[in-house]
Amino acid sequence: MTDQKPVEKQEYNITVYTENQVGLLNRIAIIFSRRKLNIESFNSSPSEIEGIHRFNIVIHETEEVVRKIAGQIEKQVEVLKVYYHTNEDVIWQEMALYKVPTDVIAEKAVVERLLRENGARAVVIRKDYTVFETTGHREETDNLIKVLQPFGLIEFVRSARIAIIKDSEGFNRKLREFEKKEPGHEVVENEFLNNRDKVFTM
Amino acid sequence: MLTKEKQAPELLEETKPITGAEALIMGLLEEGVDTIFGYPGGAIMPIYDALYDYREKLNHVLVRHEQGGIHAGQGYARSSGKVGVVFATSGPGATNLITGLADALIDSTPLVCITGQVFAHLLGTDAFQEADVISITTPVTKWNHQVTDASEICDTLAKAFHIARSGRPGPVLIDITKNAQLQKFDFKGYTCCDHIRSYRPKPIVRKEYIEQAADLINQAQKPFVLWGQGVILGAAEKEFKAFIEKTGIPAAWTIMGAGALPSDHPQNVGMLGMHGNYGPNVMTNECDVLIAIGMRFDDRVTGRLDKYAKQAKVIHLDIDPSEISKNVTATVPVWGDCKETLPLLTALVEEKKHTEWLEKFNEYEQKEVEAVIQDELFPASGELTMGEVIQQLNELTQGEAIIVTDVGQHQMVACRYAKLNHTRSNITSGGLGTMGFALPAAIGAKFGAQDRTVVAVIGDGGFQMTLQELGTIMQSGVDVKILILNNQFLGMVRQWQELFHERRYSFVDITSPNFVTVASGYGIAGRSISERDDLKGALEQMLNHKGSFLLEVMVTKENNVFPMVPQGCSVSEIRLK
Ligand SMILES: Cc1ncc(C[n+]2csc(CCOP(=O)(O)OP(=O)(O)O)c2C)c(N)n1
Repeated sequence: MTDQKPVEKQEYNITVYTENQVGLLNRIAIIFSRRKLNIESFNSSPSEIEGIHRFNIVIHETEEVVRKIAGQIEKQVEVLKVYYHTNEDVIWQEMALYKVPTDVIAEKAVVERLLRENGARAVVIRKDYTVFETTGHREETDNLIKVLQPFGLIEFVRSARIAIIKDSEGFNRKLREFEKKEPGHEVVENEFLNNRDKVFTM
Repeated sequence: MLTKEKQAPELLEETKPITGAEALIMGLLEEGVDTIFGYPGGAIMPIYDALYDYREKLNHVLVRHEQGGIHAGQGYARSSGKVGVVFATSGPGATNLITGLADALIDSTPLVCITGQVFAHLLGTDAFQEADVISITTPVTKWNHQVTDASEICDTLAKAFHIARSGRPGPVLIDITKNAQLQKFDFKGYTCCDHIRSYRPKPIVRKEYIEQAADLINQAQKPFVLWGQGVILGAAEKEFKAFIEKTGIPAAWTIMGAGALPSDHPQNVGMLGMHGNYGPNVMTNECDVLIAIGMRFDDRVTGRLDKYAKQAKVIHLDIDPSEISKNVTATVPVWGDCKETLPLLTALVEEKKHTEWLEKFNEYEQKEVEAVIQDELFPASGELTMGEVIQQLNELTQGEAIIVTDVGQHQMVACRYAKLNHTRSNITSGGLGTMGFALPAAIGAKFGAQDRTVVAVIGDGGFQMTLQELGTIMQSGVDVKILILNNQFLGMVRQWQELFHERRYSFVDITSPNFVTVASGYGIAGRSISERDDLKGALEQMLNHKGSFLLEVMVTKENNVFPMVPQGCSVSEIRLK
């Protein structure tokens, strides 16, 4: 039954659980680039289980496209599970760092209040510059750029998005059972790269 | 004798230090490999050295180009149902495999390719003959892996075979650095792999979908089956036939599925797609339930998707869940291996005969015979047609031969008209459409099915892409019948230029060498004919010849393959002329 899905594009959060495997990042990235799809945000990190990685990928697309992409990702040998969710279905955060001249900040008391209002905190305070950090949604981290621009913003960087799925009991239990039943292998890395001068080759 | 007799793997003590290269050979033997297609080089020399001790057990076929090696591996896999094994060296050896990998991936052909790589400490330094093979092959392999330590070789090989042949089969590649091949380690024997924790070769069969599918089939007035290579890959020919015969549903095939049901089966209504038969294409837009079995709705089959089978409920049986509703939305998605799902479905469907509905296909066939087939197979004009050559071949081989085709008009003609009594008899490059495929694939096919006659049908263009493999035939003594259908054009491109580019024949006029002389240079017998009177005799001569034989048939220059669904048209807009 051809149920009509909404065709509008929106942001989707794709969550991918994978083995910790060299080269897998490339395999996943290719699935997007091959279809000429732009990735809005891409985060890869170890999960709560050793040896299992978690990717958070944000893409602005129709559900139809996202469903197919998720299917292609899940098909990869080293991928354990793929989920996709709209923004309403996840809790998500991005972190941003802001570098500003310390003297300006020190002089202008207003700044302190602005920072507090934006939930920012100082990470590093040096004579020449200070680095603030804040975490939140795009609008929030964007807003602080605007706030700090007049005070001589030197540098700004924002992380990829990380997201937790609201619904369900999550994947943690399944992952743990899974790892207990079938412990993963250690990743074999190239241990010879540093021995360049010591090895004779033909 | 130079052979150092080695102990068979089963006689080895608990552990024994051997090199990574030796471990690889042990593994191949344990996997039941008997034939390897390959080409040596510096970075894979330790493996070739280890192979030397086992050359009685492992038949290595020295090809003339790595592309030939991998197509031969594909031909072997397709004719035998086993995994094809291919060796190549680093850098240029490995990059020469790319076309074959892409071809095998899209046509789901199980292959294990082993490439040599530079020493691990040289990786990433632009060392001599270094290429980033893992990155280059990632999009064209089902899985690939680089090994930098000998102790990793056995597990990786076992994993590779499991991945290549299970689920939806495909090519895998293992890149082994030279130090890993040379390094000694404690070999504890080889264990085959049948499980990888993050890999589900087949989805779990869901009973409710089988039931829903059976319901739809039982209610259908005009059901229609489309089958593809999935039936062959799943070795489900018997189960498929049982389903077809119980339900009485007419069934049409994609070129990758050809042969799974014999050509003359009364419910086999022909070929689908761009150059398929008239009836099956038109009726796709008339049926009420479309049952797709192990096929992936390629655009060459569907034509315009927005006008494809819109009236029908679609039941899609596939082992690869990502194929279901990829191109055509499925009403009922039957996930699973059709070897498992078909019997479950057959048990639930009612026994029926769709006589009237089947008769409609026959009516369309009659129309097609009159408009196209009669003239193609029994032409009135003086010049030979491709179709009549295939027709004559059918009469002589009685549908018993394996037909390997290249890409172009001759491919479509051969697929349309070749009579196939058995499964695994039609070997062609379906998804990628690789010219140059047929000659090496035929060599591989013969190694994979040594008691069968293998006929390669090739165009004058495609033959010149990999004709160096005549050298492989010469040296290995393999018996392959080579049938060149020479129309002195890159025919299929010329046909498109004629139909869609106002006959502007831009660079399709191809000059050929004297093929018979070329073959004779390789010690291969041959003959060239252009007269109808010589056709039967020449084909008989080719088929009866002991060993390989090249027969060139000069065919009419500007013949077109019809029917045709022009690109961008719906399947029911199929043209008879
Ligand atoms: C490697 C490769 N290059 C180009 C093409 C495009 N192509 C498809 S069919 C064809 C013509 C084939 O000519 P020929 O081998 O003489 O066979 P014919 O069509 O005349 O039977 C070409 C060039 C292709 N399929 N593969």
